[in-house]
Amino acid sequence: MNILSLFVIIPLVMMAVIFCVNGEKKSLIRTIMSIGGFALLCTSAYLTIQFLELRQIDSTSEFLFTESAMWYERFNIHYSVGVDGISVAMLLLSSIVVITGVFVSYAMEEKVKEYFLWFLMLSIGVYGFFISLDLFTMFLFYEVALIPMYLLIGLWGSGKKEYSAMKLTLMLMGGSAFLMVGIFGIYYNSIPEGSEGTFNIQEIAANVQALKANGGDISWEYIFFPLTFVGFGVLGAMFPFHTWSPDGHASAPTAVSMLHAGVLMKLGGYGCFRVAMYLMPDAAQDLAWIFIILTGISVVYGAFSACVQNDLKYINAYSSVSHCGLVLFALLMMNKTAMTGAILQMVSHGLMTALFFALIGMIYGRTHTRDIREMGGLMKIMPILCVCYVIAGLASLGLPGLSGFVAEMTIFVGAFQHPDLFHRVFVILGCSSIVITAVYILRVVGKILMGPVQDKHHETLTDAVWYEKVAAFGLIAAIAAIGMAPLWLSNMIGGGIENIAKLFTYGL
Amino acid sequence: MEQLASLAPYVLILPLCMFLILGLFGKKMCPKVSGILGTTVFGIVSVLCYYIAFKYFFSGDYQIGDTFQKVTLFNMEWLRMNQNLVISIGFLLDPLSAIMLIVISTVSLMVHIYSMGYMHGEGGFQRFYAILSLFSFAMLGLVVATNIFQMYIFWELVGVSSFLLISFYYFKHSAVRAAKKAFIVTRFADMFFLIGILILSYYTKTFDFGPLTQVTDGHVEIVNSTMSGVTLLGFPIISIAVFLIFLGGAGKSAMFPLHIWLPDAMEGPTPASALIHAATMVVAGVYLVARLFPIYSFEAPHVLEIIAYIGAFTSIFAAVIACAQTDIKRVLAFSTISQIAYMMVALGVSGYGGVDGLGYTASMWHLFTHAMFKALLFMAAGAIIHAVHSNEMDAMGNLRKKLPITHITFLIACLAIAGIPPFSGFFSKDEILVAAFETNKWVFAVEYFVAGLTAFYMFRLYYRIFWFGEPENGYEHEPHEAPLNMTFPLMFLAAVTVITGISWAFGKFSFTEFISSDYSSYEIHTHWNIALPSIGAGLVGILIATFLYLEKTGRPNKAVSYIKKPYIWAYNKFYIDEIYLYVTNNIIFQRICQPIAWFDRHIIDGFMNLLSWVTNKTSEETKEVQSGYVQQYAWVFIMGVITIVLLSINL
Repeated sequence: MNILSLFVIIPLVMMAVIFCVNGEKKSLIRTIMSIGGFALLCTSAYLTIQFLELRQIDSTSEFLFTESAMWYERFNIHYSVGVDGISVAMLLLSSIVVITGVFVSYAMEEKVKEYFLWFLMLSIGVYGFFISLDLFTMFLFYEVALIPMYLLIGLWGSGKKEYSAMKLTLMLMGGSAFLMVGIFGIYYNSIPEGSEGTFNIQEIAANVQALKANGGDISWEYIFFPLTFVGFGVLGAMFPFHTWSPDGHASAPTAVSMLHAGVLMKLGGYGCFRVAMYLMPDAAQDLAWIFIILTGISVVYGAFSACVQNDLKYINAYSSVSHCGLVLFALLMMNKTAMTGAILQMVSHGLMTALFFALIGMIYGRTHTRDIREMGGLMKIMPILCVCYVIAGLASLGLPGLSGFVAEMTIFVGAFQHPDLFHRVFVILGCSSIVITAVYILRVVGKILMGPVQDKHHETLTDAVWYEKVAAFGLIAAIAAIGMAPLWLSNMIGGGIENIAKLFTYGL
Repeated sequence: MEQLASLAPYVLILPLCMFLILGLFGKKMCPKVSGILGTTVFGIVSVLCYYIAFKYFFSGDYQIGDTFQKVTLFNMEWLRMNQNLVISIGFLLDPLSAIMLIVISTVSLMVHIYSMGYMHGEGGFQRFYAILSLFSFAMLGLVVATNIFQMYIFWELVGVSSFLLISFYYFKHSAVRAAKKAFIVTRFADMFFLIGILILSYYTKTFDFGPLTQVTDGHVEIVNSTMSGVTLLGFPIISIAVFLIFLGGAGKSAMFPLHIWLPDAMEGPTPASALIHAATMVVAGVYLVARLFPIYSFEAPHVLEIIAYIGAFTSIFAAVIACAQTDIKRVLAFSTISQIAYMMVALGVSGYGGVDGLGYTASMWHLFTHAMFKALLFMAAGAIIHAVHSNEMDAMGNLRKKLPITHITFLIACLAIAGIPPFSGFFSKDEILVAAFETNKWVFAVEYFVAGLTAFYMFRLYYRIFWFGEPENGYEHEPHEAPLNMTFPLMFLAAVTVITGISWAFGKFSFTEFISSDYSSYEIHTHWNIALPSIGAGLVGILIATFLYLEKTGRPNKAVSYIKKPYIWAYNKFYIDEIYLYVTNNIIFQRICQPIAWFDRHIIDGFMNLLSWVTNKTSEETKEVQSGYVQQYAWVFIMGVITIVLLSINL
């Protein structure tokens, strides 16, 4: 059996096991989740090593570990899987976030069984999306990942949870509608004469290239590229389709925020790249300027908005808008370095923001407030949590030695290689975000962690317990590992990028 | 060569390991152990640095003729951007980095020792040593950088260690505010540095200092061939690039108007101020310009001129403010700004090669001597604060008998900074004045005046602390001399200040042999026609200070009453902080951030809510149609059928 299918099978097995367990046995369920999460982590680590080894031998084929099985013959839909350097990186990221999310969820006491079932459903969607090579199955997994979100926020959330859950789901579903149109558009228009259509990404890409080479009509790209890009862009929190993010994150339970910002939002960036840009390179190249403007706005706008928020989760949500904006921004620069930076940024932002949301959840669980005006001087009370928070903040503002720096610098250097002045001006604009990021990060750090203790009731609070430490330290270790030794990851991702970057004028 | 190459990595690895060990396990250690461990390990690092520098300068292996060669001891690929642009972590050894290794390891080691006494009994002692190790690692990495991006990496790291040290007393509001200010201001400057790097590397396709500083036929070939003739908005692109890079340096080196963070940074523990905000990190900007000096000198001479003017203005501006401050650490902070500006001026007026490059040599020489005596001044100030428990001059006075060692060493440092021979400061300052005199008379005039002013405010400080008369309410506890681990660094640095000065005076030692703009040694002589007047200026400054502050009299107040307005302006640092505060609070936060946040919540999100409202409303309205009355349905059905029938008949 293919190793990639394990990523879907393991969560399925876990779901089956948990389904059979009595819901009252909470610790048993948690143990099952931890073991399963650990198995997934091991699988992805093993996959990474295998992938790197196999790449040494076989450096020509675009995807490795490919497997294909007919699923619905009428439309030639396959369950086909395969990975390149980019998907491997995303799988690794997902596994780290899932296992840490499980540990963070240890504190969850309500309807534990149901919660974890939906949680697993969400991870199946995420994993399935990253391993799929077939547009249709990819879309299917995408939807599988989105639906549980509604229930997870609506049932286990806090604050205006019904409103937020509904808003988030509807906006993302709106994006899906665009996507569906886009996908079918691609499917029907890429059918070469005299043969049947295909949903396989690689084949579509080849067909589109052949079509273009034969002087065929590619004007359809100009209709379906924006649809697909916006469809995925909604999930990637692109301005002005980002407003689900602050409310959604603020209401979601901790682990769901982590998974959502850490992994699910990456589906957006990954999709933009793998579907919209890879399959419709000409339209992408011609229409990029529109989206460069929108994502450029995202980067700066998100950062400025974050400066004046008072709710910790809102600050982080807007910071995600800014950072995820940078992902799409870098992708649109369409050269290998910038695109590698974009994927690095996805990984780095995934880890960072998961850490942030985990810590915010832990702080909220103790102080019962997320309003920064009501907290102060927590460093003295819970040093471990606060030091972790400072590290997360430093990673977010791009301190060398942590992952954020590597990603941002690759993006800026890469994007600046574009010979066009328009692009370079926007890069300089993007650079300004590193200052604004420092402002809002330090504002929070200075306000809630440092200074005198604000609220006397906080003085008796306790520091992190073991499962919180595992989650936080695990994420920090990953962030630091990437930050200190980025070369292997950047090379692995770069290998995957090359196949797509070569489609663009200044790609390589 | 091989030997040095095998030793060099440890210069960076040891402090990094120390940081990790103390950072992760410091809590479990007894404070004393962590202090001794940190100091010992850094002692080893210092020995390594001295050894490397010694070998480099004196073994002769690294010289061809009388020109020092650039040697890359190791270079490890860290991140590859594309075929050309590679970020490496390496170790570049040349006269510039060798001198910096000596400065950093000396001052840092002294601070390590000093802190054992000064920080004794403070909470977070281990944390202090951990951050000190991190800083030493970052600073050493910065000066040995083989490429400009490595420099940027460590540049950010020193920035963050500075942040962590300033906010060491994190439970104090003022410390947190100062730390935030320092970080954000320097970060703002770093953004320009980054953009400068991007522009430079876009054209030259390299980050490497090797090609970037390679001079052939009066040009930096790689820059000249790729960037000459390219303009942006009428300015040569190369000038823009290197000016942006200079702005990065100006942020770290506290040049006007980015100087505002440095005085506030004094909220940190005094040893940290001595190390970071007096001797090492703040001269990183000078080092940066010196490192890229060939580009400035050949490809962007106008930028160099601007640097000279900015430096000259900053030096006089800060010196004037220093005259009116009452917090002794702040006086020293403004003095630091002024002195660093002096170094910038020296670079700004310097040419390239031989005697033309006198300014370059003088700048590095002043960097060296200043690091020693300014670290000494700060540590002495620490000893004084330790004794009287206050930073304010009013709480001091007549301490010369009570703190004899501190007194003598402080006096030596004051004489050095005032430019009195034979102390080291005299020689370096004199060469800067000579270089300025040859190139730009205006700058020379300003610097000459600043020399006098420096002597005045330093001796004002000296007399107010050690003479003047006891504070009005006397001392709560009798002040007493600091322990040996605090006085030893003072004596050591004082000895360095005296010995370098004297050996220069007797011609035993010439800085031009070691460092010059083109790394070849040349001869210089003391220019008495400039040296004598500069000594005169120093003496006048000292005399005025003696007249005003030797004893408790009404003279200072009287003097102030003559210049009331300027005094108040200088006391309030010319209100630059208030301008910044206004810009950040009233413009950035209230005029940009607030409206954007409002726009997001009400317009963008409002539009989404409007959509859902419209959907709801439409379904509210249309649901009336599904009334459930059969008669109504039947009626609609029949009318529909009739309409269709009629329509089809017509067709």
